[in-house]
Amino acid sequence: MASQKTDTTAIPFYRDERILKIIAQIVSTVVIFGFLIWAVANFLKAADARNMELSFGFLKEAAGFPISNPPIEYEAGMTYGRAFVVGLMNTLLISGVGVVAATIIGTLVALARLSSNWLLSRMALVFIEFHRNIPLLVLLFIWYFVVFSFVPPVKESLVWPGPTFINKRGVYITWPRLTEAGSTFLILSIIGIIAAVIVFIILRRRRKYTGKNTYYMPISIVLVLIFCVSGWFLSGGSPFQLDIPFLKGFNYQGGLRLTPEFSGMFLSLSLYTAAFIAEVVRGGIQAVNKGQIEAARAVGLNQLQVLSLVVMPQALRIIIPPMISQYLNLTKNSSLALAIGFQEVFAIGKITINQAGRAVPVFGLIMITYLSLSLLTSFILNIYNRRIQFVVR
Amino acid sequence: MAIKEIEQDLLRPPQPPGPMRWIRENLFSGFINSILTVLLFPAIIYLLYQISKWVLFGANWQAVSQFPMLFAVGQYPRDQIWRVGFIFSGLMFMLGISWGRWGGLLKSIALAAGSFLLLIAVLPVQHPQLDMTMRIYLGSTILLILVGYLIGNNTRLKNAIIIAGWFVIPIIGIVLLAGFEASERIPPVQTTLWGGLLVTFLLAAGGIILSFPLGVALAFGRRSDLPVVSGFSTVFIEVIRGVPLVTILFMFSIILALFLPVESRIDRLVRALMAVTVFSAAYSAENVRGGLQSVPLGQIEAAKALGMGKLHTTVFIVLPQALRAVLPAIVGQFISLFKDTTLVVIIGINDFLGIGRSIINSDPEFVQMRTEVYIFMAVVYWIFSYLMSLASRRIESAMGIESNL
Repeated sequence: MASQKTDTTAIPFYRDERILKIIAQIVSTVVIFGFLIWAVANFLKAADARNMELSFGFLKEAAGFPISNPPIEYEAGMTYGRAFVVGLMNTLLISGVGVVAATIIGTLVALARLSSNWLLSRMALVFIEFHRNIPLLVLLFIWYFVVFSFVPPVKESLVWPGPTFINKRGVYITWPRLTEAGSTFLILSIIGIIAAVIVFIILRRRRKYTGKNTYYMPISIVLVLIFCVSGWFLSGGSPFQLDIPFLKGFNYQGGLRLTPEFSGMFLSLSLYTAAFIAEVVRGGIQAVNKGQIEAARAVGLNQLQVLSLVVMPQALRIIIPPMISQYLNLTKNSSLALAIGFQEVFAIGKITINQAGRAVPVFGLIMITYLSLSLLTSFILNIYNRRIQFVVR
Repeated sequence: MAIKEIEQDLLRPPQPPGPMRWIRENLFSGFINSILTVLLFPAIIYLLYQISKWVLFGANWQAVSQFPMLFAVGQYPRDQIWRVGFIFSGLMFMLGISWGRWGGLLKSIALAAGSFLLLIAVLPVQHPQLDMTMRIYLGSTILLILVGYLIGNNTRLKNAIIIAGWFVIPIIGIVLLAGFEASERIPPVQTTLWGGLLVTFLLAAGGIILSFPLGVALAFGRRSDLPVVSGFSTVFIEVIRGVPLVTILFMFSIILALFLPVESRIDRLVRALMAVTVFSAAYSAENVRGGLQSVPLGQIEAAKALGMGKLHTTVFIVLPQALRAVLPAIVGQFISLFKDTTLVVIIGINDFLGIGRSIINSDPEFVQMRTEVYIFMAVVYWIFSYLMSLASRRIESAMGIESNL
């Protein structure tokens, strides 16, 4: 054993993996950084030649452009920074509403797709295949330039139950607005909901450890109701006032106004994403082992319990990750609103570039905005995802 | 005797359900189901009736039927249109050869393309753009497909040559479309004049062909043990996946020029292609990375034990298995790339959607026909993406991969 001598001929350095690695390291560093430095140097030269400003100081300057139907107060004289915030709010608004609507529609379509009724299942399939194979931009143009162009003018508004008025200027929805007395109600309701959630968690945990039914669900509902009702009476008079849109001059006043741009974007975005979500949900539900359902039936659970206690918890594990990426897609796709003039972050950024120049800082701002939205969403949902994944003991 | 009959009865395979039984099971299996059917059936009939009535009698398809060439190639100079025709015929010829060699899915595509061309060639309508020359061109293209089939089927052409043909012809095509600076016969054609389906396909096909290798490279880069390479790849992939395609398109159309030497000019269409490619590559990279992770370590160890080098292991052992595992996801990415090419409208390139929009806006009369134009475009996009997803399903079942959706 000991007499066996290893071959001492040295490996040539160009075949020695350790040395090759170091060389590769150096070469890749030089290439990548060299490229980056080259690009930045070009940029600095160009910036110098064209006298470009790279600071974010322009955000404090007055933006000359108006924004229709801003979610927060905004006028043409306010700063670019303010305009950017308005755009951000619009992005968050359309993404938030879109995510909720797409999830609801998508789940309903998935259930229809799984229905034992052949007609219903085929209709769901047609919905899915229609929306999945058409570019979102085409769908958006169809909703905005075709469907919304056939909406009647203000004087002949369509009246839907609510009352909701639909005309060329937008959709006017009757909306319960908080009156001044309503703040007491609002505060008490929020306290009630927080209290109910705490009680809910404590009681549910107790049931988990003791095995005794603690009636956590009815108790917390009653708690919320008590707070809400007492808030209603304490606020003296109704905390809400129905804000009904009314015709004044050439336009409707009051109510909640959704512009045609918002409505078109909202409809196309949520229907398009709903088709993808429907496939995700269907895949998740179908992936649950049939034996699980049969076993649940065998131990005497009813249809609702089978669905809520056995099928859904298992399906959700499969559904959540692709669902996250659909939500992110929806948020990113909301930038298409630029094409029809709904002023979200990207559109505002583009106007700013056209007016104030400074393409680079504005683009930096836009990219940071989207990146942090993406990172934030995936961070929050990943925490949730980790909680519901299988715990392997 | 009687027992034997019963036995035979039991042994007989179950009969397929008759139509009445099918209806009972699928439409009237319960109380709620029956109500649903009764409510839905008339609604669907009414909807179909209204739609077909509009398509056949209500709609005015003039804005679509008047400009077939515009939808196909945009503003490409009409006296130079033979270049597009030449490339199209070349591709059809390649399709014919591939059909003859491999059959299967390619056969369906070739037959579908051939019958579509035949349908247009013999369409019994008077149309200024469907004159005798056009009909003869279409007919000869069909012949080319058939000749290609015979060549592919009967000769011993090497597979590698056929595949090379698929790469060479598009490259020749793009050079030909762009034209030559000095030539009188083949003058250069500005890309601003290119448009319609030509640009849509150019962007989609170019994006697919270029983004795939880039995606594979990025996937390996992200897994590399060189920190600079893996860091760069990771940041690149995550940044691009984190922002919308519109941002990337604007980056390439506005910002890119600032980071290049002042005198360099990149063509508008090329910039759009670069943006689409880079965007798609980041997504492909993540798909490929998933595939790479799914290859069992034992495979790599076995390859090492056989004395294979790193390069050989990667090319012959790891990559084939990885790509096979994620093929459905990759094709899905290609479909969405095809749909995403519509976004170039926003930076002012006249692709298929852009041509439709400019037709609508060119004449107040056509504004009235916008519904027809948009529906037509939606149908065209729908057909192509549906065909792609159909093809991907065929490939999956042929390769024995189960799609996870």
